[in-house]
Amino acid sequence: MIRFILRRTLSTAVVLLVVTLVLFLLLDTALDYYADLRQSTAPNIGALYEARARLLDLDTPAIIRYFQWLTGAAGCLVGSCDLGTAWVSGQPVTDQLQGAVVNTVKLVTGATLVSILVGVFLGMISALRQYTGFDYFITFVSFLLYSLPVFWVAVLLKQYGAIEFNNFLSDPVVGWVPIIVVSVAAGLIWMGALGGTGRRRLLAFGGATLVTFGTIYYVLASGWLYDPTFGIVGIGVFSLATAVAVTFLSTGLSNRRALWTALTVAVIGIGLYMPLQNLFWYVEMNWLWMFLLALVAVGVGLAVGAAFRGPDPLVSGRTGAITAIVIGVLIFIDRVFQEWGRYGDHPAINQRPIATIGASTPNLTGDFWFVNLDSFTHLLLPSIALVLISIASYTRYTRGSMLEVMNQDYIRTAKAKGLPGRTVVMRHALRNALLPLASIIPVDIITMIGGAVITETIFGWSGMGKLFIDSMNRNELDPIMAYIVITGLLAVVANLVADFLYAVLDPRIRVDA
Amino acid sequence: MSTTHDTPPASPFGSGPDDADAPTAIESKEDAGLSQGAIVRRKFFRHTGAMVSMIVLGLVALLAFTAQGVGPIPGWWIHNHVSSGPVVNPGGAPTWTLANPFSLGEHPFGQDDIGRDNFARVMKGTQISLMVMVIIGATALVIGTTIGALAGYYRGWLDGLLMRITDGFIIVPTIVVGAILGKLIGGPSFSFFGLPLSSYLAPMLGLVLGGILWTGLARLVRGEFMALREREFVDSARVSGAGDFRIMFTHILPNSVGVIIVNTTLLMSQAIVLETALSFLGFGIRPPQISLGQLINEYQSAFSTRPWLFWWAGLFIIIIALCVNFIGDGLRDAFDPRMKAIPSQRKMDRADRRRAAAGGTTVTAATTASAAEPPDGGSAPSDGDDTRKGEL
Repeated sequence: MIRFILRRTLSTAVVLLVVTLVLFLLLDTALDYYADLRQSTAPNIGALYEARARLLDLDTPAIIRYFQWLTGAAGCLVGSCDLGTAWVSGQPVTDQLQGAVVNTVKLVTGATLVSILVGVFLGMISALRQYTGFDYFITFVSFLLYSLPVFWVAVLLKQYGAIEFNNFLSDPVVGWVPIIVVSVAAGLIWMGALGGTGRRRLLAFGGATLVTFGTIYYVLASGWLYDPTFGIVGIGVFSLATAVAVTFLSTGLSNRRALWTALTVAVIGIGLYMPLQNLFWYVEMNWLWMFLLALVAVGVGLAVGAAFRGPDPLVSGRTGAITAIVIGVLIFIDRVFQEWGRYGDHPAINQRPIATIGASTPNLTGDFWFVNLDSFTHLLLPSIALVLISIASYTRYTRGSMLEVMNQDYIRTAKAKGLPGRTVVMRHALRNALLPLASIIPVDIITMIGGAVITETIFGWSGMGKLFIDSMNRNELDPIMAYIVITGLLAVVANLVADFLYAVLDPRIRVDA
Repeated sequence: MSTTHDTPPASPFGSGPDDADAPTAIESKEDAGLSQGAIVRRKFFRHTGAMVSMIVLGLVALLAFTAQGVGPIPGWWIHNHVSSGPVVNPGGAPTWTLANPFSLGEHPFGQDDIGRDNFARVMKGTQISLMVMVIIGATALVIGTTIGALAGYYRGWLDGLLMRITDGFIIVPTIVVGAILGKLIGGPSFSFFGLPLSSYLAPMLGLVLGGILWTGLARLVRGEFMALREREFVDSARVSGAGDFRIMFTHILPNSVGVIIVNTTLLMSQAIVLETALSFLGFGIRPPQISLGQLINEYQSAFSTRPWLFWWAGLFIIIIALCVNFIGDGLRDAFDPRMKAIPSQRKMDRADRRRAAAGGTTVTAATTASAAEPPDGGSAPSDGDDTRKGEL
């Protein structure tokens, strides 16, 4: 194992060195260091050219400059990083990188998580309903999303997700026709996803249509959009629903202990709603607090599960912990949205809450919740764009591997011995179907830090991708090289992690081969 | 994806007595006695999505190339993509109308701020984008197949070296390398036959992007070659005196053609998105030349005032990418020996019913079993389609 790691690390280090050398030389040719001087009519143009050459040390051959750069970069290994300077602004590259990495992580984390969860879920359902209308619909939609150019989606999102939506928010009125169309569409999708016999389909269709219609009607008629919070009633309803849904997916409703655990956790969550509001009011919050509260939630879930004992307390505890986390997130969202009115009234926002550009409103200060709401309104559109374009591959992968797994003999055995459908799907099929994803997801997550180049550029999100594009446009060599080294290293690490994860999860794989 | 293409055509698929369901049994008989190529062709022609996509893509290409002409041959459209004319509608809005009778008018896709015809521009952009896409596909096909074949056939140090080179291309995101190379060939640094390189921008961009997109194909071809070179037909070719290159290109390559075709097609859908993205960022096709991505880049700020400039270019990118994806999917299904042309759920149900009406005893049993499945199972996954899962 150790030999494998050493060999892999060594060979990839050599590859990375060669890649940086080649790209350095290519970049040195491609970048036009004198671009701004070419149109200049200054009388001292010769001196300016000379000054630029001296500033960038252009009289030294590129290959020597590469090794100078490499010496500085190698200093990172011993703690004295020198990745050069971005010559236009004169800023050290290491300073530029810090802000960029933080911004990128902020942008891609949520989007990646959402697209993995939704993509896997849709792929699973689509595979279970193979060759039905629902399957064809999902397949078509995922192909469509896969073909969408992100820059086109982004421009549309800016127009309809921000400008038009802000107009809509100031006067939320919708005609009857769109409401009915949306309700019927939701009904059809649920009907296709739930499947089953004719009567079940009819029930699913009717139920989903009515619920969607009712929700939209309530949201519009009660003016909920002016104050989009759940309140204790909403939290209560959602918590109990979450408890039932999580139990259903994680253990099945027939496991009464798990069901009681989840319901107890939900009741505890509802009971803690008012005390938490007081806590949030009197104590200034930060992310450390949030993290600790999440830990407490997990602890409560596990403890309740343990309290219900039974032959397998861990299963109940797991169900309780998942329920507790979901309820905690709901309470968090509720608290953030309590700032909605104040946020809209702020002169810098002026009732146009959804932002089209940047990571935060400049010069906007406020408490933890207020700042977070601001960051969410900025995150919304780029996240939607990222989710839309990356969801398709997860759906396709999950569908493919799920279909393959559902044909295996062990699934037939599981069905033949009379296990309920949920157990077969969630425990026997899904876990094995997710195995191939273990080699894709780490790579996706880690390379995401390299930034979503196009999305960041369009939404003016100063992350890694935008740093790269800006430096390209400004003809700055050093930040580009730093970007390449970082993305290259991340890709190497990601592939190593993926290989190991796969080897750990699938005992048939040997790494030393 | 280790598809083996010289399996006997009429391959049975787990035909135990219990899963000999009527419709699938018919499917397997249909393929009997056909050659591998004929089966693939038949499966592909039956893939509705792929066939529709072939037709649509063909029509788009035909429209784009005839409307604007190729090289010196003029097209049938009255405007070209550079000349500006008087703005017909206020703001340059599209002139087509449904008012009696339906007519396209002079500028069906509208005009931009200086009166250039948007239809001509979109058609020219489609031409260039299609051309770049095909060049990328061809370049990647040649490089990827050659490198994969050499690495997989010779193994040893050559394999190690070639795969490290492949790794080198993979560890940097394609859009990054694409941007650097795009900037390089668009810059003033190079010239070719006395003309600056930028006048051959589109074919050059295709070559260069093809030079970075071949990696996935090379890895797959290498895997195929590694598996196939151990097979008996390679041994027999070798004992009859065939040389390495003859074995590689006339014996092994035809057996891995499925993997190659499918992945080249899928790579081309990636290629058009990459080209348009680079042109959008300003590192691909640059004015005065146009491509679909460059059009969107040029017009993105005009979206609120002249949305038509934006819609059409984007629509054509999506149509092309979607068609190529569907064709690739159809090819993959056609080449996959495990993949049976399975009729839709509705068709199977209908066949079941017809059979039941005709009085087939075994099938009636199957139908009633699936209908009588208790709907109270809580979760739905095994309802209805349960009886067929085994054969898919």
